[in-house]
Amino acid sequence: MQKIVDKINELFANDTVDRVLGWKTGEFSYDRTPAVFTKDTGLDGFVYDDFCGSNLSKYLISESAKGGKMAVLLKPCDTYSYNQLVKEHRIKTENVYVVAIPCRGKVNVEAIKAQGVKGILSVEETAGDTLKVSTLYGDCECDRNDVLYEKCSVCQKTHVVYDEIIEEEPYDRPRKDRFAEVEALEAMTAEERFAFWREQLSKCIRCNACRNACPVCNCHKCIFDNANSGVAAKANTDEFEENMFHIIRAFHVAGRCTDCGECSRVCPQNIPLHLLNRKYIKEMNELYGEYQAGADAETKGPLTNFTKDDVEPSIVYQKGGK
Amino acid sequence: MQVNESKEFKPTIVAFCCNWCSYAGADLAGSGRLSYPADVKIIRVPCSCRVNPLFILRAFEKGADGVIMCGCHPGDCHYSTGNYYARRRMTMLFSMLDYMGIERERTRVEWVSAAEGAKFAATMNDFIETVTKLGENRKLRDLRCKK
Amino acid sequence: MLKFTSNEMKTLFSAIAELRKLYLPIEKAGEVGFYLWEEDAKVRLDVLKTVKSAKDAFFPQSEHLMSFKVKDKAIEIEQPSDDMDDFVIMGVRACDAKSFEILDSVYLSKPVDTYYQMRREHGLVITMACGQPEESCFCTVFGIDPANPIGDVVTWLVDGTLYWEAKTEKGEAFTAELTAVLAEASAEDVAAVNAQKDAIKAITEKLPFANLNLEGFDGEHLMEKFNDPQWAELSKACLGCGTCTFVCPTCQCYDVRDYDTGDGIRRFRCWDSCMYSDFTMMAHGNNRNSQVERFRQRFMHKLVYFPANNNGEYSCVGCGRCINKCPIQMNIVKVIKALGVKE
Repeated sequence: MQKIVDKINELFANDTVDRVLGWKTGEFSYDRTPAVFTKDTGLDGFVYDDFCGSNLSKYLISESAKGGKMAVLLKPCDTYSYNQLVKEHRIKTENVYVVAIPCRGKVNVEAIKAQGVKGILSVEETAGDTLKVSTLYGDCECDRNDVLYEKCSVCQKTHVVYDEIIEEEPYDRPRKDRFAEVEALEAMTAEERFAFWREQLSKCIRCNACRNACPVCNCHKCIFDNANSGVAAKANTDEFEENMFHIIRAFHVAGRCTDCGECSRVCPQNIPLHLLNRKYIKEMNELYGEYQAGADAETKGPLTNFTKDDVEPSIVYQKGGK
Repeated sequence: MQVNESKEFKPTIVAFCCNWCSYAGADLAGSGRLSYPADVKIIRVPCSCRVNPLFILRAFEKGADGVIMCGCHPGDCHYSTGNYYARRRMTMLFSMLDYMGIERERTRVEWVSAAEGAKFAATMNDFIETVTKLGENRKLRDLRCKK
Repeated sequence: MLKFTSNEMKTLFSAIAELRKLYLPIEKAGEVGFYLWEEDAKVRLDVLKTVKSAKDAFFPQSEHLMSFKVKDKAIEIEQPSDDMDDFVIMGVRACDAKSFEILDSVYLSKPVDTYYQMRREHGLVITMACGQPEESCFCTVFGIDPANPIGDVVTWLVDGTLYWEAKTEKGEAFTAELTAVLAEASAEDVAAVNAQKDAIKAITEKLPFANLNLEGFDGEHLMEKFNDPQWAELSKACLGCGTCTFVCPTCQCYDVRDYDTGDGIRRFRCWDSCMYSDFTMMAHGNNRNSQVERFRQRFMHKLVYFPANNNGEYSCVGCGRCINKCPIQMNIVKVIKALGVKE
C-alpha cells in the first residue's frame, strides 16, 4: 500500500492529477468504501488491502465528466471494465489517469462467516495464505484461498490498460476453471436446471444491486425503471418476473460483460448471477470465436457484429444437456 | 372454473414476422388458401432485427405456448444486415432459455421469403405440432395473466 | 417459565404447525429467510440475521390489493378476502420484534391500514433471545434488550433446550394449546436462562457500536442536520440500489402499481425504496433529483423526521443488516458518527 500512497502523493505533487479515486477505511478492518481524495484534503483514511473488492471504473462515468484530472486505482479486472466503458464512449479518457495496482484476490467477509465464524471484529492479512480473524468470541485463522470472492477464485486477468503500473512481487494462488459451474448446469436435465434457477431466483428481492453495481449497466434510464414499459416492477410479484428480469439483465450486457463479477459480489441473497453472464460468454466463445470484452477498447463485440455464415439458432436444439 | 376435459390442448403461437419477407409470405399463404391453424398470432415488425428479447419473453408471459420469429433469408434483408444481428441475438436468447430449463422447442427461428407461402404454412403447421406435443407453457408464464 | 420437553425441535414445529401456519428462519439455496415451515425444511435458529427481516409477515414485499375489470361503462371491482388463517412467526429476534411496533405506529395510526391490521391480528410472534450477538448489532442503542425480546411468546435456546415464556394474553392462550409438548421449567432451568441473559449482556457491552451517540438527532436540530455539508461526501459512493431499504426491518414506504393482465387490472402494492429515482414521483416530476437528496432522505427519515413525529422513537432498531449488505459499505452507523456529536 505504501507504494500506492507514494505514487499518489507524487502525482499530486507534480500536478498530474488533482484528485484520486480509491477506497476509504470503515468501522471494521474489512469494510471499504469507494471514495475520492483530493489534493487539498490529502489521503486521510485512504486504504488498499484484501477487502477493496469493489470495481471503481463505473464511478468514472460521472467523475470523468467533471473538470480536472483524476487518478483512478484499477485492479486487473477493473481495467477490463474501464476499457469497455471507453469503447462505449462513456468515459472522458483525457480526464483520467489510470494507475494499475496489484491484486492478490479479494477476501469476502461473508465467506468467512459462512464457515461459522461469528462476530468478526477484524481480519488481518499475513504475508502468506493465512488470515487472522479476531471475533467477539475468540480468535481463529482461515485460509484466504477458501474465502475469496468467486470472481477472484477464477481470475486470470492482468492489467490491460494503464498510464502507470505499480508492480508487486508475483503471487501465485490456485485458480478454478471459470466455466466449470456452467458446464455442470448444462449437463443437467432441463427439469433440474429449471429447479436450480427457480430456487436461486426466487430469493431475488429486486433490490437492483446487481444492475447498479455493474459497470456496463449504465443506461440513463433502465427499462426496468420505466413505468410505461409494462415490465417495471419494484418487487417480484410473480415467478415469471424474477426470470424475466435476470434473463434480460444478463442479455443487455451480453458481449459487453467483462466477467468482473460485481453482480455476484453485491447480491444480498448470494444468487450466482455470474452463471448467467458466463453462459453467454461461453456460448459466444464457442459459436463466434473467443472474445474477451474489455481486452481492448476498439474491437466490436459479438452481438454488434456478424458473419454471413453464422450458425442458425436451431443449433440450440442440438447442443448438450438432456 | 369449469374445465372441459374433452377439449384438446390448442397452443397459442406468437409469430414475429418481418414486414418485407415473412409477413408477405404469410399473405401469400393466405391468398393461396394454404391452411394453418388460427392459433398463430402474427405480429408484424419492420425487420427481424426489431425483435427485442423482451418481446419474446412478454409473449410467453401473456400466455404464448410457443414463439417463432420469421425474417428474410440471410443475405436478403431489406436493410441489408438486420437479420444477421437478429440471428445472433436469438441464438443467444434461446440458449439462455434452454439453460434456465425452458423447453428449447418452444422457440424457433425460420427464414421465410415473400415467395414462400407454402413454406410459411408448413413451418407453422410443424411448429404447432411440436408445441402441441410439449403441452401448455407453464415455466415461463405470468400466472396473473389469464390464458 | 416453561420448557420444551424434547431435544428434537422438529416435534415442537410440527405441534405448532398442526395448530397454525408456522413461519421460521429457513435456509433456501444457501440463504436464510422467513418461510413457511414444512417437514423437510432446514430450520436455522442459529442465524441471527435473515437476509430480509421478519417484516414480510405483516408487510409483505408485494401484496395484491384488488382487481378490476372494465365492462362497457361499468367497472367491476374484486377485492381479496378480508380474512386469513392465523399464523405464527417464530425465531424473531429482539430487533425485528421491536420493528413491528415501529410499523404499528405508522400503519395502525389513523387512517388504519386494514391489510396490515389484518395480518397483525392474525399473527402471533414468538421471539428468541440472541445467544450470540454479532459485531454489527447495535440494538441496545435504541433501548432494545437482546436477552429479553418483546413478543407474544419469548424463547431462549440454551444448549439445545428451548425455554418458553408467554408474555401476552394472546401468547398465553396459544401456550395453553401446546401443553402436550411444554413442561414447567425447574429452578436449575431458570438459572441456565439467567446465565445466558448475563452472557448476552456481557457481550452487548463489548459490541463496537454499543456507545453510539444519538444526541442531536431530533426535530429541534432538523435543519442543521438537513443542511449538513457532509451528505455529499457520505452519499458519493452510493450506487442507488435498494438493498439497504429492502433488508431493513423498519423501512415502510411502498408504491402502488397497476398490472395489466390482458384481461383486467390487478392492483398491488410493493415495497418502495427512497434510493430509487422514481420514488414519490409525481405529475410534476420528482422532488429529489440527485442521489445525495435520496440518500439524505433515508437517514433523515429514520433519525430525524420519524422521532420528531413519534415522541422521540427512532425508525431504526440496530439490526445491522445494512452494515452487512451494502455493496459499497455505507450505512447508518457511519452516518450517525459523521453527523452526530463528536466525542
